[in-house]
Amino acid sequence: MQSNAALEYDYSVAKLYMWTTVIFGIVGMTIGVLIASQLAFPELNYLFGEYGTFSRLRPMHTNVVIYGFTVSGIMVSFYYSAQRVLKVSLAELPLINLLAKIGFFAYLIAATFMVISLAMGITASKEYAQMEWPLDIAIVIYWVIWGVVMFGLIGARREKSLYISLWYYIACFLGVAMLYLFNNMEVPTYFLSGGLGAWYHSVSMYAGTNDALVQWWWGHNAVAFVFTVPIIAIIYYFLPKESGQAVYSYKLSLLSFWGLMFVYLWAGGHHLLWSTVPDWMQTMGSVFSVVLILPSWGSAINMLLTMKGEWNQLTENPLIKFMVLASTFYMLSTLEGPIQAVKSVNAIAHFTDWIPGHVHDGVLGWVAFMIFAAVMHASTRVFKREIYSKSLLEAQFWIQTTGVVLYFTSMWIAGITQGMMWRAVDEYGNLMYSFIDTVSVLHPYYTIRAIGGLLYLIGMLMFAYNFFMTATAGRKLEQEPQFRSPMA
Amino acid sequence: MFHWLEKNPFLFAVGVFIVIAFAGLIEILPSFTNAARPIKGLKPYTVLQLAGKEVYKKDNCIACHSQLIRPFKSETDRYGKYSLSGEYAYDRPFLWGSKRTGPDLHRVGNYRTPDWHANHMWNPKSVVPASIMPAYKHQFKNIADLETAYAEAVTVKKVFHTPYGNDIQPSKAAFEKYYKTTALPEALKIAKAMKNKDVLAMVQQGKIPEIVALIAYLERLK
Repeated sequence: MQSNAALEYDYSVAKLYMWTTVIFGIVGMTIGVLIASQLAFPELNYLFGEYGTFSRLRPMHTNVVIYGFTVSGIMVSFYYSAQRVLKVSLAELPLINLLAKIGFFAYLIAATFMVISLAMGITASKEYAQMEWPLDIAIVIYWVIWGVVMFGLIGARREKSLYISLWYYIACFLGVAMLYLFNNMEVPTYFLSGGLGAWYHSVSMYAGTNDALVQWWWGHNAVAFVFTVPIIAIIYYFLPKESGQAVYSYKLSLLSFWGLMFVYLWAGGHHLLWSTVPDWMQTMGSVFSVVLILPSWGSAINMLLTMKGEWNQLTENPLIKFMVLASTFYMLSTLEGPIQAVKSVNAIAHFTDWIPGHVHDGVLGWVAFMIFAAVMHASTRVFKREIYSKSLLEAQFWIQTTGVVLYFTSMWIAGITQGMMWRAVDEYGNLMYSFIDTVSVLHPYYTIRAIGGLLYLIGMLMFAYNFFMTATAGRKLEQEPQFRSPMA
Repeated sequence: MFHWLEKNPFLFAVGVFIVIAFAGLIEILPSFTNAARPIKGLKPYTVLQLAGKEVYKKDNCIACHSQLIRPFKSETDRYGKYSLSGEYAYDRPFLWGSKRTGPDLHRVGNYRTPDWHANHMWNPKSVVPASIMPAYKHQFKNIADLETAYAEAVTVKKVFHTPYGNDIQPSKAAFEKYYKTTALPEALKIAKAMKNKDVLAMVQQGKIPEIVALIAYLERLK
């Protein structure tokens, strides 16, 4: 093989995941807007009979946006950038390439059954781990396939040093594997009861407090290893590529990577503050959450400083806008999280709408913005076409940013209001409000949140249209752009 | 300084794994056995209650209701005694929830009646006029899956030595016998207290709708 000939990378798998990113994005966010509206206008619960209540749809929303939209987005960026940073094409490794494709179809099938089973109410009931054991097995197989593809590519690499993004993909693979396996340890009831009842039903290996510990060890670190780690992989590749700037500091990336790896796992206990989990674990969760600011801000600052001297790009290039605002939202979210993990703050914040508010400034402002930017950047190279519309991208950016701001500000107010009302006492020490008072007061905030979500969904639809037109009707490019993605 | 590691993917991966697995070992393992111990006098769920717990999971009450009373005066005043670890010893999975769009339910059995629950699930606004909770009328029609609940009882008895009696055995015949002699009478008691004629008629015909199982479960939460 000639070492100086330009490699022709194989983007067929990246392309497939691009379509699922868009489709799951639309589906997941539409359900999100619907359930947000149901809280403001309860009549909307009756659109689809027993399948349309808030409670039944809520896990559908979370699972579709996490395992559909986000995982697809991560895979787009992996199948696009891993080949490039390793200097090896999937086309050179037919077996690995085949596995990657099988993986995609396994993913599609598992995702479809996930949606069906959640609609039917078949659930293990642990958050972000609702799927019953047959689907868990499918997911493990899918994950192993991804691992084989990743290490297969790494094994065949020409570039000896692993680029930063790959560190994060490796961590994502290992972290999710470990956590998912342990959290989903279930005993199928059908086989142990001599064939009684539903074949897919299972019972958790852990009970009560232990189950809670393992669940939030997973729950929190699903955030770590799905919403943070691979998204950092995305920004470390796509921001330097789009801006033409070198990563600001290697040492800072090193510090934040190993710092994040070490600290993140300890912080899971902050979901269980004031619960029946032993006190020392709660304190550990609290303390490590605060320490977590360091590696999180390390990555974000590293990215922002990468733009040093090139801030004019922020006004000229909407993709840079998405990525810079994403790092900023990452900083906001990783400061907000530790604040909520302080025990006295948590006493007010826990169980309130401040928590979904926090989640959404992270996922809407950081995760989804990075995925939009990465998919757009990659699509110019994958389809060898210009981005269909710059002005559409600009409009999407501002509409969605407005949506996110409406979302988290309304939920901040809602959460703190409710938290304070739950504990308010009159001069004799009696509770001042009945529970329903603390629900009724939230109506305006629920309405604002639904509007924020709707704006975000509109932006998602604009993105889908822009992507579709780019893939099919964008002006053909003769040469691959080196840095900035060309757009009309 | 770490460049050598970045050229060696295997060692790199091992390094990452050790660093991330560390916290789990130290935080989760030490009190694992301790936390699994039930409080004195705690009985395992009856099969009807387990079936109700399945309805609770299926209609995903956990999306809006917690089962964890925190040790604050404002919470114990509102919901009753704060929750103890040992009370959850037979909860597989745990159902603490993470959001209170509605109130906590850990001791709801202390201050609501089957009649109240029935009205509430049929039309929440009939008992709480400002409620934003949807009605769950389908629970009055759908039949509860007691066989799966029974299978769950058999499984936890076998695998985790949950103290069930000899009436929980891995066979269809044992289930049918249990259904007639234990589950139905238990359901009938709930159905009578619900003051709903249709439901009562169903149970008298030997069919247990989801709502009866769910109320049996909610009544157990004390």
